Amino acid sequence: MITVAGVTKQFGRRVVLQQLDTQVVSGRVTALVGPNGAGKTTFLKLILGLVRADAGSIAVDGHILDGSPGYRAQIGYMPQMARFPAHLTGRELLTTLASLRPVPAVPDLSLAEAFDLRDAFDRPLGTLSGGTRQKINAVMAFAFTPQLLILDEPTAGLDPLAARVLKDRVLVEREAGKTVLVTSHVLPELEEFADDVLFLADGSAKWQGPARDLKIVTGQHTLERAVAHLLSHRAMLAVA
Amino acid sequence: MTSIAVRLLVPAAREAVRGRWLAGLALALALAGELLIRFGGGGATTVVSLLDIALVVTPLAALVVGTMQVHNAREMTELFLAQPIGRGKLFTGLFLGTALPLAAALTIGLLAPFAWHGLFATPIAGTLIALGGVTCALALIGSALAFVIALNADDRVRALGIALAAWLVGAVLWDGVILLVTMLIGGRGVDTALLIALALNPIDLSRVLLLLGTDAAALFGYTGAVVQHTLGTAAGRAVLIAALALWLALPLWLAARTFKKKDF
Amino acid sequence: MVRWCDVITLPFLLLQQLVVSPTGPYRTVAAAVQAAPAGATVVVRAGRYREPTVTIDRAVSLSGDSGAVMDGEGSHAIIIVRGDGVTIQGLEFVNTGTSYREDRAAVRIADAGQCRVEHNRFTNTFFAIYLARATNCDIADNTIVGARGREAVTGNGIHLWSSRDIRVSRNVIRGHRDGIYLEFSRHADVRDNVSELNGRYGMHFMYTDSSLYTGNTFRDNGGGVAVMYSKVVTMTKNLFSSNHGPTSYGLLLKEIQDARLSGNTFRRNTVGLLCDGADRMIALDNQFEDNGWAVRMLASTVDGRVEGNTFSRNSFDVAVNGVGTSTVFAGNWWDSYHGWDLNRDGIGDVPYHPVRLFALLVEHAQPALLLQRSLFVRLLDAAERALPVLTPSGVVDARPLMRRPAGGAR
Repeated sequence: MITVAGVTKQFGRRVVLQQLDTQVVSGRVTALVGPNGAGKTTFLKLILGLVRADAGSIAVDGHILDGSPGYRAQIGYMPQMARFPAHLTGRELLTTLASLRPVPAVPDLSLAEAFDLRDAFDRPLGTLSGGTRQKINAVMAFAFTPQLLILDEPTAGLDPLAARVLKDRVLVEREAGKTVLVTSHVLPELEEFADDVLFLADGSAKWQGPARDLKIVTGQHTLERAVAHLLSHRAMLAVA
Repeated sequence: MTSIAVRLLVPAAREAVRGRWLAGLALALALAGELLIRFGGGGATTVVSLLDIALVVTPLAALVVGTMQVHNAREMTELFLAQPIGRGKLFTGLFLGTALPLAAALTIGLLAPFAWHGLFATPIAGTLIALGGVTCALALIGSALAFVIALNADDRVRALGIALAAWLVGAVLWDGVILLVTMLIGGRGVDTALLIALALNPIDLSRVLLLLGTDAAALFGYTGAVVQHTLGTAAGRAVLIAALALWLALPLWLAARTFKKKDF
Repeated sequence: MVRWCDVITLPFLLLQQLVVSPTGPYRTVAAAVQAAPAGATVVVRAGRYREPTVTIDRAVSLSGDSGAVMDGEGSHAIIIVRGDGVTIQGLEFVNTGTSYREDRAAVRIADAGQCRVEHNRFTNTFFAIYLARATNCDIADNTIVGARGREAVTGNGIHLWSSRDIRVSRNVIRGHRDGIYLEFSRHADVRDNVSELNGRYGMHFMYTDSSLYTGNTFRDNGGGVAVMYSKVVTMTKNLFSSNHGPTSYGLLLKEIQDARLSGNTFRRNTVGLLCDGADRMIALDNQFEDNGWAVRMLASTVDGRVEGNTFSRNSFDVAVNGVGTSTVFAGNWWDSYHGWDLNRDGIGDVPYHPVRLFALLVEHAQPALLLQRSLFVRLLDAAERALPVLTPSGVVDARPLMRRPAGGAR
């Protein structure tokens, strides 16, 4: 359970999040949607502690974020369009990540096998294609059996086959009772596994709830259309 | 704490070393040293020229390369920030992983030609070692300043511009202003003021420290004698080295503070 | 008839030897000297002689065996010579103690001529050899080692006062106030001595005209050599080295006329040659190496000529405290000269300005020296080279040499 209460964040004069109150329920996949610049990535980074809130509080599974790093051991994070150190190999990076954990862990490389990455895993990351780097990005996020997965545009740059592999993995994780928070521009793919939808716009949560309810509320058949409906009627939502 | 920093240092250093910058820098310095020895004979004159290189090139390289590397390590930084480790340890690891290879490249590049020409077995060995020490210190100080600059200026070009400006101030303008003020004030007590002004600039600090090491200071008349008298003693040298250490500690503290508060 | 008698006895007198030793026949030097007729030799055997000051007033030759030591017991002068033709050699003089009231000396030659002081050793004496109104004497091959203490408690090694035609040769002097001091003297000839580690000067001329010093080495002294208030002093082939300190220099010329310097080497001094009121000085073929300032001229210095000298690795080649100087610099070799020679006559086509802008600034505020070797000062030098307008042009070598003159360096 992620509880966000009254969180405000601004960069310079630009207010990104304003008095945001929301919850992300455990054991479910929550799709984070919203227009460009709505603060989705900032929201994710706030949960990770990469960005500090100006006001308000965030709690991850009961741990109130205060700058201490321990809770992140339970989080697997897949940043948007990861750019890695160019001269290190994926394996070196993964070994380092393993060594940084409070409890020594053997990385789970099943996703790497599913991607059939083996060769690319030992080449400098700078020499790899964007898609291959994104695969390694995914491998790292899933490597240490996280309870919470934060995936920022996970399929961006992946070929359809790899995207399929990744989505299947997300479904497996859901079955295992993990919490998943995911953003994507490709709404149809969210359709497959999104239990909940969190709609961010203008710095606050304009709508949240089960994906099913959203379709009913908006009278649309697909998540894509439902979100589009939200986008075009957000002024109305604000009034409601 | 330390072990986490070391575990971070290793990939950061590996990344820095595998980039061609450091090797190129070390090679260029070694080439310059080789030419100096070939055409300068490897005597006191060569050491003086080397001193120029150390005092000018080291801070420049540390500031510019350091700033670039902090920006290049941006992705790695974000990756590590999402791991269950504190920012303090992450900062220590990243700084050491950036600064140590840089300091090593500069020092080794500068001194290698003198080593393979066997000049460490001659009377200039002491000066060479002092030179190596000062190069190392300047590289670390430059790296610390580079961290301050790069962490506060997210735009890469702007950060590089600030780094170059900082070097220009430290290497040239500061001395110009000092000279001008000295001319305007003149008279008594100005040497104390001047020493303080010099201590405010790590490059000047290093230069004075090195000049004390050579006996050149003795040839500087009254001023040289004053400097030799006040700073040439073990205690004076300790003060200078402490001032240099402060020049490392202060930017490091600033950079660490920025790093801990920064949004990535 | 008396004259015949003299002729017969003279050789015997000359050959006459009186022997001093701890076991006799003479047990004190004083007793033997008193008994010795003119022309006799007093031989001093090995031993330590503690006795009151010995006065010699006849042409006696005092000759020490190895190990013959005369001890002033820290309380008195050792020998006073008041007659012509005295020779003192082979002795060791120690411990005169200190007294400024009498300028206490181990060997004092007063109002005497044709004396020789040779091959002696002086250890811990206040003044070692003191000549007052002496003429035509030789001071040679002595080794003089002072107390090495502070200036206040040592006198001079070799001190000449109001003396003429004195030759000071091949002595080694260290640890005194002035190694060699000359005052109100004429026609001194100081040659091939080594004067080092003295508290004030290696050698000091005061009111001493028409003299020559050549082939000497002055190093590690408070100041190398000071020539003051004197006329026509010739200095050749000396080495002025490692005289550094707050106000130190290799050679000071103060209020002197017609000094002539040639073939000297100035190395590693704070100031190589310092001229303060030197009229008509001529400096030819000298070497200035590794000095802080090679030549420093105060405005009171007029009508000099500096020619054929070599300037290398000095922090500053020339400094003047005024706008310029009437001294002419011509045909010198400067290591920092960057001119060219199109007609290949060995003389640079572009005049050389040996006074850097930075030197002038330092002259104005000396602490600015701390900026030496900084990038800013290098840029200042480069700017001067590109824009000669910046250079204070008072001092110019219109005919700088393209090639370094051969030889001369010691």
